[in-house]
This record gives sequence, structure tokens and C-alpha cells, in this order.
Amino acid sequence: MSERPGADLVLDCRGMRCPLPVIELGRRIGEVGVDAVVAVVADDPAAAVDIPAWCRLRAHDYLGTGDPVDGVAAYRVRRRR
Amino acid sequence: MHGVPDSIAGYLDAASTEPLHPAAREVLAEALDSGWADPARLYGSARRARLLLDNAREVVAAAVGARPDEVSFTGSGTQAVHLGVLGAALARERAGRRIVCSAVEHSSVLHAVAAAPGATMDRVPVDRAGSVDAAEFGGALRADTALACLQGANHEVGTVQPVAEAATECELRGVPLLVDAAQVVGRLAVPGGWSVLAASAHKWGGPPGVGVLAVRRGARWRSPSPEDERGSGRVPGFENVPGALAAAAALRARLEDAEQLNRTHEALVGRIRARLPELVPDVEVVGHPTVRLPHVVTFSCLYVDGEALLTELDKEGYAVSSGSSCTASTLTPSHVLEAMGVLTHGNIRVSLPRGATEAGVERFLEVLPDVVARLRATAGVDRL
Repeated sequence: MSERPGADLVLDCRGMRCPLPVIELGRRIGEVGVDAVVAVVADDPAAAVDIPAWCRLRAHDYLGTGDPVDGVAAYRVRRRR
Repeated sequence: MHGVPDSIAGYLDAASTEPLHPAAREVLAEALDSGWADPARLYGSARRARLLLDNAREVVAAAVGARPDEVSFTGSGTQAVHLGVLGAALARERAGRRIVCSAVEHSSVLHAVAAAPGATMDRVPVDRAGSVDAAEFGGALRADTALACLQGANHEVGTVQPVAEAATECELRGVPLLVDAAQVVGRLAVPGGWSVLAASAHKWGGPPGVGVLAVRRGARWRSPSPEDERGSGRVPGFENVPGALAAAAALRARLEDAEQLNRTHEALVGRIRARLPELVPDVEVVGHPTVRLPHVVTFSCLYVDGEALLTELDKEGYAVSSGSSCTASTLTPSHVLEAMGVLTHGNIRVSLPRGATEAGVERFLEVLPDVVARLRATAGVDRL
């Protein structure tokens, strides 16, 4: 990827269909410390709804979209626990 | 040919369509023989067809709180919505071209608004439960708003909308209100205050191919169709007299049972809502917990593919529907779930038909947790 959307871990989920981007986030959030930020780069339209909803269900912070990566949205999540 | 649809025991998709009511079947067969003539003609058989059509209109009008001359039959609920929206927009062109809709209207409403010449859509958001705030709805109405549209209840999550309050807001501002009552008619009291109302007979156990368009006397509405003498000038084409009569028979039968059915459905849905979170880990039950249709419950299962869930439940004999994107031809998630901000994947809507039983629901509650667990294990997400 040509840019880093201001995150400690960037998950490239381009081309993945729902629920795979959320599964990838669930699998890998543990790789960063509490308060660190994970960016999920996903072009699946469901990610825009499902990543904030996942954050609510799992009690992490959804920070919104950062700078897009090659034109694809990067959804930013702060690990809270 | 069989008299009963396949695997009716596992049929949990009444919000898509209700199996034909036996009362409708009987009347339909009779009316095909007695109501075939052209109701616009003047001879005996035609007068008989006209009489049957008028009877059907009276029954439906009484059920939706309309006068018989305000009601026309259409070819479907979707056609009723299209004609309702386009006709109201056309008649109000001089007032303006903005159309206010809740963000969770049925796609037929949103598509009709998009097709209205020069119209701009103002979407009123909903809360996490899918409810529209009536004051916010009223606040969206402007001097150049031609029409406002609000559903009686949401088709995907069952949340009942504050139509009466929204109607008051519309009346205060002189904006006509179109109510899509497809999920409500035959189940709950139809709120008053509408200028245009649309409904669909197969949702209450009537035959397919019969919709209802009601336009309040005095409401501004002009037919968007080429001129035609039939359907009171609102719906072009030769009327489906047998269909309308069967629809009316089903509605009458349905209303007679509505109180009892609603109580039964309420109890069964209440049980599903209460037990799902105990039975299935990481499930989100969506829609308003109390202000809702009695027969609908919708939930999303974290990390589960909605299409796989539908397929597995079908193998177990259950017919349900889903708002997940993988089940839609467009590959976009349901705009309803999106507007509510709830999980869109692993989504299932269960809607109980007439004849749903406690034993059937209990068996569903036994099967579902296993199906979800199996799918999660296969995807390797069972410990996430």
C-alpha cells in the first residue's frame, strides 16, 4: 500500500466480502496494545456499517475513516481493552 | 399439485408474503366464475362484476379507514406505492419538488421518489431501534416540500413508526403524507391522518397481484399514468375483480382473528427475543423491543455469513429472510440496517405466519444455535 492511514496496524481487506473484514479485525486486534489504533482498509460497502457496529459490540472505539489508501476507505479502531 | 405450500411448518417469512388464506381460496374460485365480466359495462354479468368489486372496495376501505370511493386496486403493493408517490408529487409540483422520507422506507418508496421528475429526497434518519422521531420528521418539512412518506411499520425489523404524530406535523405544515401500510394492514390498527395510503393483499393472506391505493378525497393527487376510464382514474387497466374480492375475504378473515393471532405471535416473538442472546453467543437482536409488529424479530450473528446462514436454515426446513449484503443482488447491505447502524452481516428476519406454533418456534430455537456454531467453527471464528 502506498500510504499509511495513521495507524499502528493496517489490515488490507481489499477485495474481501462481508463478514471477512470484520473477522480479520477480530482476529488481529490483539496484535496491538491497548490504546493503539488499527486501520481496516476495505472496499466492501458493508464494512462502513459493520466495523462501527463491531466496535460497539466489542467495546472498542471507532475513530471514523482516516485518509483513504489508494482511494479505498480506511476504518480506524482504537483497542480499548 | 397440492393444496398446501411445501414445508409450511418451517415457513417463517410472513413479512415477505403470507400463504393464501383458506377464505380467500374459496372466494377466488367462486369469483372466477361469477366476477369475470367487464365491470365497466352495463349488462347483467357486468353489473354483477361491478357489485363484487364494490363489495371488495367497501371491505378494504373500512379496514384502512377510508371511504370506498377513495380506494382503488392495483396490480401490487409496489405499483400502489409508485402511483401514490408519483401522483402526489405531480399534483404538488407548484409547491415544490422536495420529498421527505424516513431513511428506512421500503425500496419501492425510495425508487418512486428517485423516479419523480425533478424531485430531491430528504431522508429523515432513525435511531438504533429503527424509529423515526416525529418532531424531527416534522422539522424536515419545508415550504417547498411536495410530499412526506412514512411507513406504518418497518418491513425488515418490525419497528412501528409514529405515523399519527407525523401526520399531525404534516397537517400543521400543509404537506400531504403518504403511508406505506403494507406491513400493518390486517394486523394493527391503521393510523389516520394519511393523504395517500398503499398496501398489498398478499401480505395479509390475499392472493398475489392485488395492491391497494387509497387517495383521500380532497388530497392533491394527479394520475401519472396515461388517461384511462378504469380504476377510478387512478389505476389504469381492466380490474382484477376475482383477486380484489379474494383479497377482501382474506382481510375480513384476518381481522376477525387479528387479536388472537397478535397475542400468539407476540408471545412467540417475545420468547425468541428473550432466549436468543442466551442461546447464541454474540447475537444482536435489532428493532424496537416493544413498539413493533407482533410477528417480526430480526437479529444479526457476529462473524457469520448471512447467505450461508440462510442456506443452512433452508436445509433444516426453515424459510427466513436476510438483510445481509451477500444475499442481495446489489452486494450492498440493507439500507434499513445501515440507517440503524447495526451489524449487517449474519442477519436473519423471522416473521411468523398465521398458523405458527409454539412447537415450531421451539424447534427453530433448538436448530439455530447449532447452525450458527457450525458456521462459526467452519470459518474458524468460534473463539474470536
